[in-house]
Amino acid sequence: MTVVIRGASLLGGGNADILIRDGVIQEVGTVTTKADRVIDGAGLVALPGLVDLHTHLREPGGESAETILSGSRAAAAGGFTAVHAMANTSPVADTAQRVELVAELGRRAGFVEVRPVGAVTHNLDGIQLADIGAMARSAAAVTVFSDDGRCVGDALLMRRALEYVATFGGVIAQHAQDPRLAADGVMHEGSVSSELGLRGWPSVAEESIIARDVLLAEYVGARLHVCHVSTAGSVDVIRWAKKRGIDVTAEVTPHHLVLTDENTRSYDTVFKVNPPLRTQSDVDELRRGVADGTIDIVATDHAPHPVASKDSTWQDASFGMVGLESALSVVQTTLVDSGLISWADVARILSVAPAAIGQVDGYAAPLAVGSPAHITLVDPAHRTDWSIDRLRGRSSNTPFVGMPTSGRVVATIFGGRETVIDGETVDSIEMGM
Amino acid sequence: MKHLVSAAQLSRDEAVGILDTTLDMAEVRTRAIKKLPTLRGKTVANVFFEDSTRTRLSFEAAAMALGADVTTFTAPGSSVSKGESLKDTLQTLEAMGAEFIVLRHAHSGVCETVVNSGWVDAHVINAGDGTHEHPTQALLDAYTMRTRRYGDGSRGRDLADLSVVIVGDILHSRVARSNIWLLRTLGASVTVAAPKTLVPREIESWGVDVVSTLDDALDAKPDVVMTLRVQRERMSSGFFPSESEFSELWGMTGARLRRLDENAMVMHPGPMNRGLEISGVVADSPQSTVTDQVANGVATRMAVLYTVMGGSR
Repeated sequence: MTVVIRGASLLGGGNADILIRDGVIQEVGTVTTKADRVIDGAGLVALPGLVDLHTHLREPGGESAETILSGSRAAAAGGFTAVHAMANTSPVADTAQRVELVAELGRRAGFVEVRPVGAVTHNLDGIQLADIGAMARSAAAVTVFSDDGRCVGDALLMRRALEYVATFGGVIAQHAQDPRLAADGVMHEGSVSSELGLRGWPSVAEESIIARDVLLAEYVGARLHVCHVSTAGSVDVIRWAKKRGIDVTAEVTPHHLVLTDENTRSYDTVFKVNPPLRTQSDVDELRRGVADGTIDIVATDHAPHPVASKDSTWQDASFGMVGLESALSVVQTTLVDSGLISWADVARILSVAPAAIGQVDGYAAPLAVGSPAHITLVDPAHRTDWSIDRLRGRSSNTPFVGMPTSGRVVATIFGGRETVIDGETVDSIEMGM
Repeated sequence: MKHLVSAAQLSRDEAVGILDTTLDMAEVRTRAIKKLPTLRGKTVANVFFEDSTRTRLSFEAAAMALGADVTTFTAPGSSVSKGESLKDTLQTLEAMGAEFIVLRHAHSGVCETVVNSGWVDAHVINAGDGTHEHPTQALLDAYTMRTRRYGDGSRGRDLADLSVVIVGDILHSRVARSNIWLLRTLGASVTVAAPKTLVPREIESWGVDVVSTLDDALDAKPDVVMTLRVQRERMSSGFFPSESEFSELWGMTGARLRRLDENAMVMHPGPMNRGLEISGVVADSPQSTVTDQVANGVATRMAVLYTVMGGSR
C-alpha cells in the first residue's frame, strides 16, 4: 500500500509531496511515483504525528468516563499518534502486568501508540515505591513514572524515587502540589477565590515543590519532568534550573494557556481542574515560557469525567477537563496565530520533544525520509467556535465551548494507516496491516 | 428579581427597596393580625443541608406570616449533600409544589449552581452557602443599622453616613462577605480588623480598609462594630494561637465599648461565644443590637420573599 500526500506545507514551510510505503516515509519532495491513494494536501500544514505525554484514558476502572479505545479515538481526532496513559486508574498501574495490559489494549484499539505511565509509589500511596524496575523491563518498557493526580510529597521518598528511576533510565513526571499548602484547595487562591468563598490552592504550593525537586534532581543526578506547570513563578524556577544545567523538562496544558480563574466566577464546574486555572499574568508568562523554550512541551492532561461527576456543586465536582481533540487548535489560536511560535515549534512542543522525554521511537526526525509515517495534516485557515460536536471520546467536559478557535485536523496517519480521513475518525483500525 | 443569590447582586436601589419593604413588613407585625395573604396557596421549601435552627425558624416564620405553606427539609452533615442528592432533593421538592426554595448548604456557590444548572424553576433564596454569602443576614443587619441610626426617618435612606468595623474571622465568614458588599453598595465605609491569617487575599479590592487590631480600628470612632462568631477549631489549624490572645486583640470588651460614642452599635449575627469575640457585658448592653437583629430577621425575610415573588412597593 502506498499513499501520497500532495502539496502540503512541511512544518509550515515550503510545499512538498510525501510518499508513504509500508508505514514509512519513502520520499519527500516532488513525488512522481503512482500511489494507491492520494491525499490532497493543498492549503494544509503537515506536522509529525502528535505525542501526548499526559493522558488519562481511565481504563481500567473508569470506563464510564473513557476507555482505551474511546480515548485513542479522541487522540487520533486531535492529531495524536501516541499518548502516555497516566497510572491513576483503578487498579493503579503499579505492576508489570497492569502496564502490559494497558499497552496491549492500546495495540488492539490501534488508533495511536498507547504508552503506559507507571506509578511511582504503590497504589499512589506516597509511601512505598511501585514495581518500577519490573515495569521498566516489562513488555510495555515503561519510561515515564508518575503519581499524577497526587504529588510525591515526601522529600526523602522523592529523592529515592528519582535515584531509583534513574537506575533504569526513566524519568519522573511530578505533579507538583504541596499536599499541605494546597490542602482542600479547589481553585486558584487569589482575589476571585476570596470573593467566591472557595478554598484556595496557592501558587506557592506548586512552586515550592518544583524548587525542591529541581534541587533534588541536581543533587542525585537524575532527570525530572514537571507536569502541567500553571504559574508564572514556576516558569521562573524552571528557567533558573535550566540555566544552572539541571536536567529538567516541563509541560503546560492547553487550558492553562488561555483560561483563568475569572472563568470560575459562574461556579461552572467544567472549569474545575487541577492545578487550577490561574490569572492572566500567569497565562502570559506560560506563553512566554513556551516561546523561549523554558517550557518544553504542551501536554493535554486529558481528564474525562461522566456527566454526574460534574453535575454538582463546585466543591463536589471532579477535577479535570478533556483536551485531546482541542489541543492543537488551542495551541494554534494562542501561540501560532499570535506570532509567538512557528509551526516548526509546534512540531517540537507537541511531537519531537514529548517523544524524546517519553523515549518514544520514531519521532526524532519529523517528516524525514526513513521515519515512520506518523503524520498530521491540519487546515490552519479553519475558523470556528469550539463545540461539543468536535469531541470523539466518551465524555464531554470540554471548557472551550463557544471559544473562537483556529485550525482543524484534516488527516491523521499513524504508522502509514489513516486514523482520521477528511476530518473524521475512521470507525476502526484494521489490524495486522 | 427572581432569586436572591447574593448580596453582591443587589444595586443600591434594589437594596434600599428591600429595606423599605422590610419597614412595611415590620409594621404588619405590629398589627393585631400579623399576617398578609401574599403567598397564600404557595409553598416555600426550607432546604437546610447545614444545621441552623435560628435561620430556619426565621424563614419559616416569615413564610407563614405571608400565608405560605412551609415544607422543611433538613439533612445536617455533608454525607447526604453530594451532587446527585442535592439535585434530586430540589427536584423532588419542586415536584411536590414548592415555588420558593430557601437553601442553606455548606458548599460555596450552591445557589449559583442551582440557578444556572436549570435543575429547578423555583425562586431560590440563599440562606447561607459555605464561606461565600448570607445575603438575608446582611440585609437584616443593614436594616438594623438604618433603624437604629435614623428611626422614623429611615425610609428611602442608604447608609452613606455610617462607618462600620467588622472584626474577627473574615476569611471563613459568609456574614462578613455579604455585609461588606452590601454596606459598600449602600455607601457605608468599612474597615476590617483581623490577624492576617483570617483576612482573605486581595481583600483591598473590595473597597475596605484593613487594620491589624480592634484597638487600631476604634481610634476612628466607628458608628458600628460588627463582631463575628469564631470557630474554636481554627486554633488547631494555626489561624490564631489561643482564645485569650484572640480576645485580647480582637474581642469586643467592656473597656473597648467605652471607647465608642454612646450611640454607637455593637452587632453579632449569633450564636455568640460570650467571652471570646464579645464579652457578656457588651452583648447585654443597650448598645448591643443582638436581639434587634433576630427580631428584624423575620421582617427582612418577609420582604425578600415578597421581592423575589415580583412584588414591588
